[in-house]
Amino acid sequence: MTVTSVVKDADARTMTITARFDAPIGRVWQVWSDPRQLERWWGPPTHPATVTEHDLAPGGTVAYTMTGPEGDRHRGWWRVRAVEAPHTLEFEDGFADPDGNPSPDTPTGVVRVALSELTGGGTQMVITTAWASVEAMEQILAMGTEAGMTAAVSQIDALVSRRLVRSDD
Amino acid sequence: MVVSTTESDQADALFHALADPTRRDILAVVLRDAHSVSDLARHYPISFAAVHKHVGALERAGLVTKTRHGREQHVRGDLATLRSAHRLLDDLETLWRERIARIEQVLTDPTETAPE
Repeated sequence: MTVTSVVKDADARTMTITARFDAPIGRVWQVWSDPRQLERWWGPPTHPATVTEHDLAPGGTVAYTMTGPEGDRHRGWWRVRAVEAPHTLEFEDGFADPDGNPSPDTPTGVVRVALSELTGGGTQMVITTAWASVEAMEQILAMGTEAGMTAAVSQIDALVSRRLVRSDD
Repeated sequence: MVVSTTESDQADALFHALADPTRRDILAVVLRDAHSVSDLARHYPISFAAVHKHVGALERAGLVTKTRHGREQHVRGDLATLRSAHRLLDDLETLWRERIARIEQVLTDPTETAPE
């Protein structure tokens, strides 16, 4: 099983998810640092992401567009706060208007990524996401999952049952 | 962990409620302040009945609560409820579990390790 733990704190509005990969740290870092690899996993399969800007440096921007089956487009951005290859990355995650400008009325979340080498090989990845408020969380989830909404609704049972199966690992 | 139909039904209701822009807007309004349904109806170019229906969908998703004030029902965003936050965190977990599963695919894709 890839995901080894999930810790959710509704009061602090944070979630920490830990995963282990059977790959060296440099290789795992590439899924974040290489835009072509990033776009293969960031968006749901029904709404693949195209990364149009990828400046993984403090203050830098990562911009992407997700395109849905109806040709609907959803733009988002990261603002990089800290980066230390191949160990840590911290960025604000938000949505943009159709021109790609960050929407001022949409809240942002903060995502922290920490990679570490496991003794005996492999890499651990810890993702921590945090929001300022429940409203912010509701809005970001509503908009963030809007792209994958249709897929999410129809797949939700499958997801839940797969989680059940995996929890036995 | 036992996952009941109720849980996936709730997730379904939440996604359904948030899928509509008018409902998201109503939710944003009543999270700030409680409003009566007729108050809300004045905000939107749709009928009272349509607004009432939207509020019903939000209520089923647990996103708003209604309380009776005399002849009127006041709608309030359910900000305090930790249940809602927990559910959102569950959705977030699903989102990241899916992303991690896709990262795993990228990492194990043999064509990826070959220089392009």
